[in-house]
Amino acid sequence: MAETYTFGTSLASITCHAWNKDRTQIALSPNNHEIHIYSREGSDWKLADVLNQHDLRVMGIDWAKNTNRIVSCAADRNAYVWTQGDDGKWKPALVLLRINRAATCVKWSPAENKFAVGSGARLISVCYFESENDWWVSKHIKKPIRSTVTSLDWHPNNVLLLAGSTDYKVRVFSAFIKDIEEPPTPTPWGNRKPLGQLMAEFRNSQTSGGGWINSVSFSSDGNKVCWVGHDSCVSIADATNGNTVIRCRTGYLPFLSCEWVSPTSVVVAGYSCVPLLYSLTADGKLVLSGKLDKSQKKESSGITAMRIFQSMDRNMRTENTDTVVDSIHQNAITSVRLYAGDKASATKVSTSGVDGQLVIWNVEQGGINGGMRNLQI
Amino acid sequence: MAKNTSSNAFRKIDVDQYNEDNFREDDGVESAAAGPDESEITTLLTQGKSVEALLSALQNAPLRCKNQNVKDHALNITLRVLLSIKSTQMDQAIDTLDQNDLIDVLMKYIYRGFEIPSEGSSGHLLQWHEKAFAKGGVGCIVRVLSDTNRA
Repeated sequence: MAETYTFGTSLASITCHAWNKDRTQIALSPNNHEIHIYSREGSDWKLADVLNQHDLRVMGIDWAKNTNRIVSCAADRNAYVWTQGDDGKWKPALVLLRINRAATCVKWSPAENKFAVGSGARLISVCYFESENDWWVSKHIKKPIRSTVTSLDWHPNNVLLLAGSTDYKVRVFSAFIKDIEEPPTPTPWGNRKPLGQLMAEFRNSQTSGGGWINSVSFSSDGNKVCWVGHDSCVSIADATNGNTVIRCRTGYLPFLSCEWVSPTSVVVAGYSCVPLLYSLTADGKLVLSGKLDKSQKKESSGITAMRIFQSMDRNMRTENTDTVVDSIHQNAITSVRLYAGDKASATKVSTSGVDGQLVIWNVEQGGINGGMRNLQI
Repeated sequence: MAKNTSSNAFRKIDVDQYNEDNFREDDGVESAAAGPDESEITTLLTQGKSVEALLSALQNAPLRCKNQNVKDHALNITLRVLLSIKSTQMDQAIDTLDQNDLIDVLMKYIYRGFEIPSEGSSGHLLQWHEKAFAKGGVGCIVRVLSDTNRA
């Protein structure tokens, strides 16, 4: 069963959230300029620290598991790398992003020696630590991005970077920083390595406009990419199969976040308030294979007109103002994170959204097993 | 830090006007599509093959075309086909369209049809809408709203 949590007394929406390595602490932003760190105490959450350095709304948080550093970016065009002092308090270090629009998303690379920040300035800042000057500097990937970068993800080889943008395109770039790392081995995406090299580019839709890209994700082996757009579609492209795109036009409201939970399946969530599981079948189709939110089944028992009038009558209301949604999340889900396991085999995922709730879902029970039963091999 | 102000005039300032390469829609798209073939569709309609006529109209919809006249012409033809199909035939038509991935295109024309109502057209289009929605879900409506290639 899904675990549901709210933080503090306010029910402000959660812009984004990130977990520490052992999942005992969570960093989240309550839709303002602050980042709150909560520690788990039994079934309770205790506010451990408030990171108060940004001036405007925090847009992205990422927690480096092994080096235990938090990176945050905000609409004030700044990013900070936070390190924990001996007293347990977090200290910020400013990153020179050199951008003139809001930063929108941030992601640590797998080796945690660099991170990428997407922004409204139509570029990606790839940032790394320059030990000579003792600060974080950035290099820019500009071309051919033509609009705001909304989402980023790193390839497991620590070099390739996946970016989704509001110019309706998903791109794979090389984010190789020759000052700090060894040249990578070739991948199915190609073997050119200089920073900013465009390795692949996908339109959200070949036949129509397509809509903005809301979220992107590399698969566990890095050979597939998944993205969700504002046209309610889920798409997967495979580099080992000539970059063929498999696209599923769903019957739901648009998705805002996607994450791989096995080599062939992704969890997507968005304005429909329910996380859904989509899987690749053996014959190369992308199909809905499960819903993580089982409470959705209440729907079938029926919201009939009679029931609504009965309920209004019982409570002596003249207007039907019953606004409870039939799902656990009561509003759009804005981010999906892995909670237990990795992209190759995740057993639990966490979602947070506009309703201020954090929900931890069981993927095994909720979808994969249930979905596999329908698969024909 | 920006100061709060009751004025919202600043939101109308085009802050990107001095940028050297502003975002433009892809204009390299071939707009050769002339839209559906009117005579073919008229023939199909007079033969009573209205589902085939609808299929032909939607398959040749000039969605990526930039010429408004071509689009309006296609809209008139498609609306004529849509309104000539009786509600008893709609389910069969929707099933045929679903196999050809054309529900989204149909939905675009339904909404466009709402914009220019004629005698009894809106009621008929609402029936179409109900059936297309039952097949395509809200995603189908979202794609009408989010797509830059309008009907």
